[in-house]
Amino acid sequence: MKKLKYALFTGCTAKQSTPEQMMSTLAVADKLGIELVELTEASCCGASHLQDYDDFLSLVLNARNIAYAEKHGLTMVTICNTCQLNTAMTKHRLDNNAELKAKVNEKLGEVGLEYKGTSMVTHFLYAIIDDFGLDKIKEMVVTPLSQFNIAPFYGCHNIRPSELQNETHKKPESAYRPTSLDDLIIACGGQNVDYAEKNKCCGFHVELQAPRTAAILTGNAIAGAMDNNADWMVTPCPLCHLKLDTQTGHASEAIGREVALPVLHMQQMLGLALGCSAEQLGLKHHLTKVNFV
Amino acid sequence: MSTHTITTQKVNFKVFRFNADEDYLPYYDDYTMEVTSEEVVLDILNRIKWDHDGSFSYRRSCRHGICGACAIKVNGRSTLACKESMNKMVDLFGSDLVFEPLSIKRAVKDMIIDKKDFWEKHDAIHPYLISDVDEHPEHEHLVTPEEAEELNEADLCIQCGACHYACPVVEINEDFFGPAAFAKAYRFEADVRDDAHTLRLEELHEEKQGLWDCVKCFECAEVCPKDVNPIEKITKLHQMLFREGVATSNVATRHAVGFKHSIAKNGVLDEGGLVLYSEGPGIVKHIPVALRMFVKGKIVPPWGITKSDNLDEIKKLVKSSSTAKF
Repeated sequence: MKKLKYALFTGCTAKQSTPEQMMSTLAVADKLGIELVELTEASCCGASHLQDYDDFLSLVLNARNIAYAEKHGLTMVTICNTCQLNTAMTKHRLDNNAELKAKVNEKLGEVGLEYKGTSMVTHFLYAIIDDFGLDKIKEMVVTPLSQFNIAPFYGCHNIRPSELQNETHKKPESAYRPTSLDDLIIACGGQNVDYAEKNKCCGFHVELQAPRTAAILTGNAIAGAMDNNADWMVTPCPLCHLKLDTQTGHASEAIGREVALPVLHMQQMLGLALGCSAEQLGLKHHLTKVNFV
Repeated sequence: MSTHTITTQKVNFKVFRFNADEDYLPYYDDYTMEVTSEEVVLDILNRIKWDHDGSFSYRRSCRHGICGACAIKVNGRSTLACKESMNKMVDLFGSDLVFEPLSIKRAVKDMIIDKKDFWEKHDAIHPYLISDVDEHPEHEHLVTPEEAEELNEADLCIQCGACHYACPVVEINEDFFGPAAFAKAYRFEADVRDDAHTLRLEELHEEKQGLWDCVKCFECAEVCPKDVNPIEKITKLHQMLFREGVATSNVATRHAVGFKHSIAKNGVLDEGGLVLYSEGPGIVKHIPVALRMFVKGKIVPPWGITKSDNLDEIKKLVKSSSTAKF
């Protein structure tokens, strides 16, 4: 197989509040022989909040990020669901609206850049499944996670809006019965846990302005996984991770019962199965202790 | 001659039953039926009533996706029964389907719910044109096709409640207007004939009930049978709050604006700086968790942030491409 190579849009949290996500991404890419070219020029995607304030500015900034992936002639991979949404949504809107694309390019032209629409934007989870393949992952597993019940937490912005699925993912998945993360758990030898909250919202985006709503959503998600005998949770989104890992105190208080489970990034889960060490995967950076490694 | 062939398949149904006048708890009835590829969900509701149990109750009227009466939940997904084909439901969920009312806690009888909260919130956003009508006009009040286009399908809403009862915030926060009311508010805010602008927007800006509590989960867009895309309208209303000068400084507006400041300074986000800018003195409540995060190496001080390469480009673009003021 030809060596896989992608332009990596890390997003902001991978460099700040979830360093373990960056470490595990690099460790897993190394194990799988995937080359990642980090887009060090990229700005923040706006996280759906800049979009509430200044839509055009957020389009220009995201188009700039994609333009750098295009310069490399590579597919852009994201490692955050919200980066994925805002980048893929920008691409969707510009590719379907020549007038808007021209307006954005007029601005990008001022700094010598152009958005062409030639690079695909996908999440690292989807790139691994679509391009690398789960069968090959299965062959490479050295530490099967067979003793664990693992609860997948998909994160809204990979699976919704579903109109973007066709453009970002070779095998589009349903927002109601998503399978990508379950399939990865199974490929790692783990037992996937089914529960009602797996494709629901974690509340991250209203953490500051509606803390009670956010805490209840987080609490419900962890409680759902616990009630279905999960040993731990796994997510492709660092924002969901931050909620589920660091906000258990508020979540427990909000729903009136103690909830906490170790929460792994999907890269960390895959890394464990592929034989990466706890240090390589940054497991010490979690607030809810990863107590099983 | 058409070569269209009708296929059939066996589907198992679990159907929610409850009569608020008689039952202490709800229960489920099971049915197994041969379902054809021609049928929609409403056909199955009819067959349950007509062939199995005449006491089964649900709302229906037009059967053409216009009256909005027959929305229920199929395997937890809000579904307009007369519009969605059984084939699609089986594609989505397999051959074991659960029929429930849009909101179990509001169930009156079987699929019928009390939609009072939906209508109260719908009424609260003033769902009509507010305008000083000249009773003796001397010329037509023309709306250009471009201006009509601005409504962006928002007036296609049939008030079925599918999005309202799919919204996770409506479940938690009783005051929250919800996606249908917001989409309706947008429909009038975007109408050039409407003069209410700031009156309606000020109410939409209110804490707790208003726009800022939307969690951005896209559940509303996913379920809408008329492709109204409520979350897109919510985003446009957010932008309108700033454009019309209605947005006042609060934690939510500072949070949105804070991204721009952070990007202009670093390219990437300064996470701690954003929380400080958004919360102001309120940041103290985050200190206990922040300290634990700091110990675990999850907090980078402002001077430790890796700024974007070619930051001058970003600074220039923020200057030249900004379209909003606060």
